Amino acid sequence: MSASAERAVADSAEFPSAAPRPEPGVVRPYHFPSFQTRILPNGLRVVVAPVHAHPVVTVLAVVEAGATRDPLGKHGLAVLTGRALAEGTVNMSALELAERVETLGTVLDTGADWDSSIVQLTALRERAGDAFAVLAEVLRRPSFPADEMQRLAEERLSDLTQIRADARGLADVALNRLLYASTSRFARLAGGDERSIPTITRDDVVRFHAEHFVPEATALLVVGDCSVEEAVQMATQHLGDWSGTAEPVPAPDASVRFTDCRIHLVAKPDAQQTELRLGHVAVPRAHPDYFPLVVMNAILGGLFSSRLNLNLREKHGYTYGAHSTFDWRRAASPFELSSAVQTDKCADAVREALHEVRRMREEKVSDEELSLAVSYLDGVFPIRFETTAAIAGGLANVEIFRLPSNYFDSYRERVRAVSADDVLRAARTHLDPAKLQIVVVGPPDALQSPLEALGVGPVTVHAPTDELFADD
Amino acid sequence: MQIPVESYRLPNGLLVVLSEDHTAPIVAVNLWYHVGSANERTGRTGFAHLFEHMLFQGSANVGANEHFEFVQRAGGTLNGSTWLDRTNYYETLPSNQLALALWLEADRMGRLLPAMTQPKLDTQRDVVKNERRWSVDNQPYGTWWEKLPALCFPPEHPFHHSLIGSMDDLDAASLEDIAEFFRTYYTPDNAVLTIAGDFPAAEAKRLVEEYFGPIARGRGKPALPDMSVPFSFGGALREVVPDACALPRVFVASRMPVLGTDEYYAASVCSAILGLRTGSRFERSLVRQQRIASSASCFTFDLAKGADLFVADVTALPDVSPERLEAAVHAELDRVQRDGVTDHEVQRAIALTETHFVTSLQSASERADQLSRFATYFGDASLVNEQPARYRAVTAEHVSAFAREYLTAENRATLMYVPIEEPSDADAADVEVAA
Repeated sequence: MSASAERAVADSAEFPSAAPRPEPGVVRPYHFPSFQTRILPNGLRVVVAPVHAHPVVTVLAVVEAGATRDPLGKHGLAVLTGRALAEGTVNMSALELAERVETLGTVLDTGADWDSSIVQLTALRERAGDAFAVLAEVLRRPSFPADEMQRLAEERLSDLTQIRADARGLADVALNRLLYASTSRFARLAGGDERSIPTITRDDVVRFHAEHFVPEATALLVVGDCSVEEAVQMATQHLGDWSGTAEPVPAPDASVRFTDCRIHLVAKPDAQQTELRLGHVAVPRAHPDYFPLVVMNAILGGLFSSRLNLNLREKHGYTYGAHSTFDWRRAASPFELSSAVQTDKCADAVREALHEVRRMREEKVSDEELSLAVSYLDGVFPIRFETTAAIAGGLANVEIFRLPSNYFDSYRERVRAVSADDVLRAARTHLDPAKLQIVVVGPPDALQSPLEALGVGPVTVHAPTDELFADD
Repeated sequence: MQIPVESYRLPNGLLVVLSEDHTAPIVAVNLWYHVGSANERTGRTGFAHLFEHMLFQGSANVGANEHFEFVQRAGGTLNGSTWLDRTNYYETLPSNQLALALWLEADRMGRLLPAMTQPKLDTQRDVVKNERRWSVDNQPYGTWWEKLPALCFPPEHPFHHSLIGSMDDLDAASLEDIAEFFRTYYTPDNAVLTIAGDFPAAEAKRLVEEYFGPIARGRGKPALPDMSVPFSFGGALREVVPDACALPRVFVASRMPVLGTDEYYAASVCSAILGLRTGSRFERSLVRQQRIASSASCFTFDLAKGADLFVADVTALPDVSPERLEAAVHAELDRVQRDGVTDHEVQRAIALTETHFVTSLQSASERADQLSRFATYFGDASLVNEQPARYRAVTAEHVSAFAREYLTAENRATLMYVPIEEPSDADAADVEVAA
């Protein structure tokens, strides 16, 4: 696109001339913070990264107690248990716990996703010991008060009501619902739905905690202004006599619902715009093609200057933004394209998005595109780990996805090793336009005919309440 | 914790702030222009923000979208944002790429207009309209951030009108408007340039001089009108908004003294006591004890001109009427206004603020943005380092005095979102919940 072809609002002569665009200086070395792993006699893994730049310490406990461990019909148990950890311990009521944590100037973050539960806080150095003691108590001795459990269940139902009113929420829920077979845990919301939440009892939560929150299934990450010895000493003092053994995590069912491309139109007649998702189930996080896929995704829809965003936003103005991503899990993970587009351009946006996915498989990316993606991922690496919480998050991924301990040391090298051939091979192997499920949330009258006219697959119209939230 | 700060002005008026920190090989470049939606003229709502989009469309030596491409190719992140009274642009890069970021910012400060064309404006207008649909029109409660200032400031006040703008005004924006706005506001004497992170100061100064030195000082910008308003609405204001949302949500705003005043710090602590985290009053009372709210928070808008706003934001649980929610929020405001707060509540709030301050400043980008903020509003970036002390100086008496004076019934504007009835969906939902 040549800007000079169009008449500009002012001539260059009016303005001072510029120095030429500068070349980069000499790269200063960066190393991901070094860390040590100690395994306590009870099996607890303690991973410590001393980082003394600022007087803060992040403590993050990661437990193999994610939503994939929910028993059949009890969808939402792991997430509810994770949230309920902050509702009190055997020694403190919910409000006493909050009071204790917040008077220490910190915030207790508890929750669960598909593969793990977490308990996390960041405290100033001088309060880190006290904060650690609270975190250990929350991890080991939560009390799950019945009235607070009731309130959390009500709040979850309230969240579901909000999700249903929000086009973005509806689109995300519908896509996950439609990607995976109804036998798969992934087809249901991680946090549970209107059918499952009322069936979860306090006993279920107590049992889930007792079975899965055990030292063998837990990694404790300590990052910040704290030595390895101090961290190990705190862990030994507060968690050394914690006991229990872990059952191995069974491989979840990640089978897909449809094998052909379909369009699912979720009717929201009052919508001012159309939420758009395209996705299919791809590969697990630990797949050997991870690095080619990350580079491929950056080019397709990960960067601002990605094909998808330049096409849908900068070329056509259909949208404020268009992106693609892998929602990484231990099991086969979804690949998704997402955007919110002008309703009268929705069919055009779908056509352009499909065109970009096909193009990734048909021809090699240009040297320019490859070098942009690789140099971005390589260069931005230190910026991703500026804070103790970000470093702890990175180390948590190493634990959850069982990545090699030198993962971050070799990360940049492995990104730089990706070639255009690798990207093409990864796209051909792992992207499949013929399997994409297309979710469109917007006014059905304006959308149905143009989408049908695209001819990419059958169009089904759903009401927002249609089986999308409830069990079959 | 002290952030190093060195400030100086170029002869063309550009205020430069340097903050060296060699912890990681990262550098943040951050520019604040002292212009926002408050400076828009009648019939051009949304223009400051549309203009921000145009700043990513290239300049004399940078092609369309190359700004993004150059920074990302260098391994950097970038963005910009528009607020009521300022607009910022920022990059974080590997430290060996400092010169690139400065060169890019200087090219668009000095030489934007040769790259501005009608097709680019037309496309960005469409992008911004889709941003409006996405962030305001198609989101439950999305209109609150234009309706609340509209309710709290009188129609002629610069904070009254919409920041994202109306579709009609966006349509009316022309290339001539772009040129005029650029020449008036995007001048070195109306900007602060902050560099934070890993760089040698002498080298940074040389680059700043080389790239920004030749840019001419502006002709001066039109003064904003007198923005002072009474710290009272002179009686309760109330607006009910039927919306495509699932649950009622109520905002209650009070006018208060601006950012940087002693009252501001008392207000900030008061907002944390009422509505920050689990131990706050709203959470204890509205969420846990009465069980009428699904979420409840309180915050200040952080406005630096005229008046700031103290805002309570509470969303109902299902089956709780908007009126009941509204009454409960006002009852909490009545209580703090009448009875004040305790030392213990103040200590909790200050402890949370202190940790947040230190943890957020781990990021070079955040350090740079805070330095630019204090330099823009108060002419002194080093005020950042006084923030913990300003908070620690707040006592229960200060907070109680603030609440007594500013959270009165006559100084409350209530904006209440009420779900539009959709019989079929609502019925289906009720059946499922009951099942």
